[in-house]
Amino acid sequence: MQLTLDEISILCVYSAMVVYAIAFIAFSIDLARRSAAATAATDAAARVEAKEAVGVGASGGPSSAVAAKPAASLRQAQDGAVAYGRSPSLRVGVAMTVLAWILHLSATVLRGLAAGRVPWANMYEFALTGTLIITTVFLVVLVVSKQDLRFLGTFITGLVLVLLGVAALNFYVSPIPLPPALQSVWLVIHVFVASASVGLFALGFALSVVQLMQARRESIAATAKAAKLTFLATLPDSVTLENLAYRINIIGFIMWTFTLMAGSIWAEKAWGRYWGWDTKEVWTFIIWVVYAGYIHARATRGWRGSRSAWLAIIGFSTVLFNFTVVNLFFKGLHAYSGL
Amino acid sequence: MSPQSDPGAPSRPADHIDSTEPEAGDASIAQPKLGFVGWLRFGWRQLTSMRTALLLLLLLAIAAVPGSLVPQRSSDPNGVTQYFDKNPELAPILDGFQMFDVYTSAWFSAIYLLLFVSLIGCIIPRTKHHFEALRARPPRTPVRLSRLAGHTERALPEGETAAAAIDSAAKQLRQSGYRVERYELRGEPSVSAERGYLRETGNLVFHTALVGVLVAVGFGGGFGFSGQRVIVEGQTFVNTLAAYDSFNPGRFFTDTRLTPYGLTLENLDAVYETRNQDAIGQPIDFTAHVTVQGQGGDPEDRTVKVNEPLYTHGTDVYLLGNGYAPTITVKNADGEVVFTDAVPFLPQDANLTSIGVVKVTDGMPEQLGMLGFFYPTQHELTSGAYTSSYPDLILPVLTLNVYAGDLGIDEGTPTSVYTLDPSTMEQLNGGKTGVDSIELKPGQTAELPNGLGTVTFEDVTPGAAPAVDVDDDADAAASESRNYSQSVSRFASFDIHHDPTQMWVLAFAALILGGLLVSLFVPRRRMWVKAVSKPDGSVVLEYAALARGDDPGLEDAVTGFADKHAGPADADETADAPEKSST
Repeated sequence: MQLTLDEISILCVYSAMVVYAIAFIAFSIDLARRSAAATAATDAAARVEAKEAVGVGASGGPSSAVAAKPAASLRQAQDGAVAYGRSPSLRVGVAMTVLAWILHLSATVLRGLAAGRVPWANMYEFALTGTLIITTVFLVVLVVSKQDLRFLGTFITGLVLVLLGVAALNFYVSPIPLPPALQSVWLVIHVFVASASVGLFALGFALSVVQLMQARRESIAATAKAAKLTFLATLPDSVTLENLAYRINIIGFIMWTFTLMAGSIWAEKAWGRYWGWDTKEVWTFIIWVVYAGYIHARATRGWRGSRSAWLAIIGFSTVLFNFTVVNLFFKGLHAYSGL
Repeated sequence: MSPQSDPGAPSRPADHIDSTEPEAGDASIAQPKLGFVGWLRFGWRQLTSMRTALLLLLLLAIAAVPGSLVPQRSSDPNGVTQYFDKNPELAPILDGFQMFDVYTSAWFSAIYLLLFVSLIGCIIPRTKHHFEALRARPPRTPVRLSRLAGHTERALPEGETAAAAIDSAAKQLRQSGYRVERYELRGEPSVSAERGYLRETGNLVFHTALVGVLVAVGFGGGFGFSGQRVIVEGQTFVNTLAAYDSFNPGRFFTDTRLTPYGLTLENLDAVYETRNQDAIGQPIDFTAHVTVQGQGGDPEDRTVKVNEPLYTHGTDVYLLGNGYAPTITVKNADGEVVFTDAVPFLPQDANLTSIGVVKVTDGMPEQLGMLGFFYPTQHELTSGAYTSSYPDLILPVLTLNVYAGDLGIDEGTPTSVYTLDPSTMEQLNGGKTGVDSIELKPGQTAELPNGLGTVTFEDVTPGAAPAVDVDDDADAAASESRNYSQSVSRFASFDIHHDPTQMWVLAFAALILGGLLVSLFVPRRRMWVKAVSKPDGSVVLEYAALARGDDPGLEDAVTGFADKHAGPADADETADAPEKSST
């Protein structure tokens, strides 16, 4: 039987989904093991606590004697953080994510070849490319970041798996040529940059969620000694998470600004006006304003920390809303879902 | 977190995270009674605070939402009409809240105008302050550097004096873009350096350019215009006010701004997908071939495509729609031509089933209206109704229902050329009349009901045979295999715009993006190098820095500079450097 390029692409999509699922399970096992490690550490810590508490309490700050110790143990003394060593399931998770990414990339490239154009011209293809970019951004950040962010794998692989599944089952359309309105170099630029910023916003969102959970755990740990230790104890502290989320979100914001501008330039060519409050334009604007608010909030006294994290979460919710509800149910000029 | 107040700090609203924290109780205790000016000042301080700006931003986002839920007059006027029909009770209430004009409504405007006032109130003092900071010397070196970020020590290199080491540090710092100033305190020489003024510059450019966009958009809307015109192949449009089908001028528009040039639609090429089974009939390309002729100029051949508008004579011409314009000729019972024209039919679906209206005002006993359906590729449904199965001309068929009576156009009230009001007319065929609709292929002629005359669907194929009667059987067989591809004229619907400030908006947009990049990624930081005399008489070099705003690379920068200046630290000295998280 001779398979068409698009059929091979679909096979790759489903294979990628299977591998993503394995990666998701591996990452989840890792999170479970982190909880176990955290509990074990508390038990161990309880035994030495009596001795340790005296030493730390007396020094009152990072004197050179305490600073010479590993930072993790210092943090543990302060807020119950736990050092977490190597984890085989974490490495399996990352390896499976890379494998899934390769399959996913092949699926997307083949889809582009089958259609004879860039593979992001309808809802199915947006989802295919958008999720590919989410995984790509995740893997790039893993390489670039000084922090170990592999713990985000559960969220990233889970999100990608769900979106890919919905796309493959509900949004699939066979490859068809571009209508005249989409025949523009701006399709390549505008949509690609938009998808890339969605990838960054997704990662920023995940970090903000973990930041909020971590902040809550920290505030409990600060008041009560017997705070329940979860996998969070093995993750970076909330300030570190917030700074990471901020850095990723501002890159996303700049790309989103560019998306908005490139879209306007294209709209001028295709529709005869650069801005007309079309539903998609409205939501692009709303997303921009929400993230602008997030950046402002972070510079406003009393808003840095959890409050600004909530804005990042609202921001990503509007992104998802824009991608799903606005595409499918709102009337407007961006009627390219192909459904 | 908040740095000490000094002249180099950017002037920010009091609640900016980089501003000095107010002392506890400061606001409530020593506050004198506010006079009128005091209240104004208080109000202004509130309006220009970060918190208000943030609130207004979030309000703006929320206020923009209804415009995507309810159709807007600006982008979807037909949708608004339909909404009124479907929700006759709710619609007027929503209209009262300007829900159909959200983006020009009083409340939406109030939010963004307040936001921009707040923004301007923030930009002006900050710009003034930034100019001063640009001229100011980097601040005095702090007495103790050990508390600051990235603090590290290096031994004074062999055979070098403290003063020489500080000199070389100053030189190297200047080379890497720092502004430097030498200080000496209690015999300990030091250099204070600051860089990244561009960060604040970028921030100010970004915010100023936002105001620029708003102003440019406002002016463009006021002095520009947009108009629509349908042109059938072979017709010429002259850019004058009367020639537009519809025209929306800006508030300050005068028609002397129209340059009268001629635009002739020579032909419109439409290409549809024929091979891909999943996309048969999907449009692949529309190209309008036009001739442009200015006053006293030579005619120029140009093209207009969907993503390639035509820029000519200060206007932008966009191809936004197209369809068929069957050429219809009506003769009265005496055989005189009472109507002949290419009538644009409005497409109703992807396969271009189209509806059009013919209005015969004179030359008949009564005024005559004809409601026509045009099918470029006729296909009969099982119900007997017709539809079009392909958008190109494979088997074109025109059906006409004839109405006689009063067209309602004599009272002077404007009526659309695309609709027929049958309320004052009598239907003569089609529908429930019991008389069949007239059905014509290109080149055929049929009798009108009641012996009123004839109607012909002209075949405009170059060199086409003269029209034949619809009942001519010999022709019927031939029509099956005929090539109709040129038999019906097409029309193009053009949008013609003039926006004098479009380039300004683009320029400001570029500044926004540039300003944003600079303001978010250029680190603003201070760095100090100090030669410190130890109690034992030895001299060590201390390095430390202070971030002004988000600066993830700060500590690396200090270490990097110290390594470059005094060589890498010894192994046991690195242990003293602040621990970097390494989980």
